[in-house]
Amino acid sequence: MDFISAFMVNSTVQAITPILLAALAGSLCARVGVFNIAMEGQLLIGAFCAVAGSHYTGSAAVGVAAALVGTVVFSLILAYGATVFRGDAVVICIGMNLLASGLTAYLLRQLFGVSGVFSDPNIAELAKIRIASIQSIPWLGWIVSRQTVLTYLSWALTALVAYVLYRTPMGLRLRGVGEDPEAAGTMGIDVRRYRVVTVLAAGALTGLGGAQLSLGTVGIFSEDMSAGRGWIAVVAVMLGRDNPLLAALACVLFGIADALSVKLQAQGLPNQLTDIVPYVVTLAALVISYRRKRGTRLA
Amino acid sequence: MTPRPSRLPALSLPAVPLAILIGVVLGGLLVLVSGGNPLDAYWRILVGSLAPANWPDTLNWAVPLVGMTIAAAIPLRGGMVNLGGDGQLAIGGFVAAVLPVMLPQILPEAIALPGPVLAALAILAAMLASGLYAALAALGEVRFGIPMLISSLLLSYPAIGVTSYFVGFPLRDTTTGLSQTAMIPEGARLMTISGPLNIGLLMIVAVAALVLYVDRRTVGGYELRMRGLNPRFTAYGGVKPGPQMLRTLFASGAIAGLVGAIIVLGSLYRFQDGALLSPGYTWSGLMAALLAGGEPLGAITAGLFFAALQTGGFAMQRETEIPRVLTMILQAIIILFLAMRHGVGRRG
Repeated sequence: MDFISAFMVNSTVQAITPILLAALAGSLCARVGVFNIAMEGQLLIGAFCAVAGSHYTGSAAVGVAAALVGTVVFSLILAYGATVFRGDAVVICIGMNLLASGLTAYLLRQLFGVSGVFSDPNIAELAKIRIASIQSIPWLGWIVSRQTVLTYLSWALTALVAYVLYRTPMGLRLRGVGEDPEAAGTMGIDVRRYRVVTVLAAGALTGLGGAQLSLGTVGIFSEDMSAGRGWIAVVAVMLGRDNPLLAALACVLFGIADALSVKLQAQGLPNQLTDIVPYVVTLAALVISYRRKRGTRLA
Repeated sequence: MTPRPSRLPALSLPAVPLAILIGVVLGGLLVLVSGGNPLDAYWRILVGSLAPANWPDTLNWAVPLVGMTIAAAIPLRGGMVNLGGDGQLAIGGFVAAVLPVMLPQILPEAIALPGPVLAALAILAAMLASGLYAALAALGEVRFGIPMLISSLLLSYPAIGVTSYFVGFPLRDTTTGLSQTAMIPEGARLMTISGPLNIGLLMIVAVAALVLYVDRRTVGGYELRMRGLNPRFTAYGGVKPGPQMLRTLFASGAIAGLVGAIIVLGSLYRFQDGALLSPGYTWSGLMAALLAGGEPLGAITAGLFFAALQTGGFAMQRETEIPRVLTMILQAIIILFLAMRHGVGRRG
C-alpha cells in the first residue's frame, strides 16, 4: 500500500491536469474534423505567457489570463490556417510546435535575459485550495483538497465538454461538422465558423494547461517544458476515440504511469530509464487498444 | 481518423521566395520589437554563412542537416511522416560509437580489424539498427493500424532514454566526468578533407545522388511518388501498401542512422549524451523536407538553405547578441506560410 501514498496521488492528480486539458482540446478539435497535433506547442506558449504575466504583475490570476490570451492568439494560426487558408493541419501543427519552441526560447533570452530555466521570486504561483470539510477525511482529503483551482476546473471542464458534445444542440451540430461537413453545411451550419471557434476554444483549454504546468507547482519556466505532454494528449485523444470522457480515462492511466516512474526513481533506478516509463505505457496502451479494435472489426 | 497529410505543398517557385520574404519581415519585426537592429542581424547571417571563408563551416553544418532532410523527405514523398528522427539519430550514433570500441575487445587477438573496416562496419550497423527501429513504427501501422505519425514520435523517447542510460552507466568513460563513451580508436575515425570537413560530406552527397536516382529513374521511386499522390490507386495498381511502408521507413531510418554515425565517427569521436539531438537537425530537416513537399532535389536545396541560415545564426549571436533561435522562428514562419499559401492558391 506504500505505493498509493496519499501525497503521491495528490501530485499525480496535479501532473495529470495539463495533459487532461490538452486532451480535451484535442478531442474537441477532432470532433470538428481538425486534426490538432499542436498541443505540445500550445502548452508551451501557455506556460510561457503564464510565467510572464505572473512575473510582471505578481498575480497568478493575471498569469492565467495571459496564458489564455496568448494561446488563443497562437491558435489563430491553426484555426484560420486549416480552414480559411485550407492548409494541411499536420504541416501547420508541426510548424506551430517549432514556432512555439523557438519563440519562447527567443523571448526568454530577450525579455528575461536567461536561457534554459527562468525562476524568480516575483512569479506568483497558483494557490493550493484547501477545502476544510474534505480535508479532514483521512486519505481522500489529501488527494481532493490541496489542488490548484485549475485542477478542479479541468475536471469540471471535462464534464462540461462531454455534456455540450452529447447533450446540447450545439454539440450535435459540432459533431456533425466533423462527421460530414457537407451534410452539416446543407443543414445551414456554418462549418468554417464552427471549426474556427472550436479550435480557438481548444486553444484556451491548452492555455489553462500551460498555466498549470508553469504555475501549478513552483513558478518556473524552462525551455521545452511541455516535454512531450502535448503528444501524450494526442495519444489520449486517439485512445479515447475522440470521446472526452474516455480521453480523460486515458490521461488517468498516464498519470499512474508517471507516478510509477517517480516511484521507481525513488527506488534508486536511474532517471534515464524511469523517464521513459510513461512513453512505454503509452505505446503499450496504443498496441492493446488498436489490436482490440482490429479484432472487433474482423469479427 | 487517419492523420495523413492529404496533399503536401509542392515546391512552386513564386510561393517559396514569398514565404521567405514574409518570414524575414516578421522575424525582423520581432528583432525590432525586442530592441535589436534587424538589418544588422540579417547582414551578420549573410556574411556568417556565405562569405567564402565561412563555407567550410556552413557545409559542415549542412552534412547532418541535409542528411536528416533526406531522411524526412523519403517517407514524405509517399505521403507518410516519420517524426522519430531524434530516436533514430540517437540509435545510429550510439551503435557507431560503441561498435568500434567493443568489437576489437570481443574478437580474438589474431583478428585485428583495420580501422577503415571498423568504421565501415560501424556505419552499416548503425544504419541497420536505426532502419529497423524506424520500421517498427511502420509495423505498428501495418499490423495494428496505429497511426505511424504518433508512434514514430513516441518511439523516440525510449530510444533516447535507453542510449542515455547506457552512456551514463554501463558504457560510461569513467576517466572523464561527463556522460560519454570511450573514444573511438583513431584508425576508425572518418578521414578529414580539410578543416572541419570529413568524408561524411561525400557520403551524404552519394546518398543524395542515390535518392535522386531512385526517385527519378526506378520503379520503386515511381511507386512511392504515386502513393504520395493517391495511395488507393497505387494499391489498386498492385503495390502492396504494407511492405512498401516498411521499406520506406527502413530507408528513412537507415539514413538517420548514417547521419548519427557520421557525426560520431567524423567529429565527436564518441557518443555524448544529448550531443546529437541538441542542434535540432531532425526538426530542421523535417521542415526543409516539408518545404519541398518531399521532392528530393527541392528538399536538399531547402536543407542547404536552412544550414546556411543556422550557420549565419551563430555569427549573428556572436556579433549582435540576438539569440540564434531566431533562425528557428524564421524556418517555422516560412513553413506555416507555405502551408497556407498553398491552400489559397488551390482555390484560385
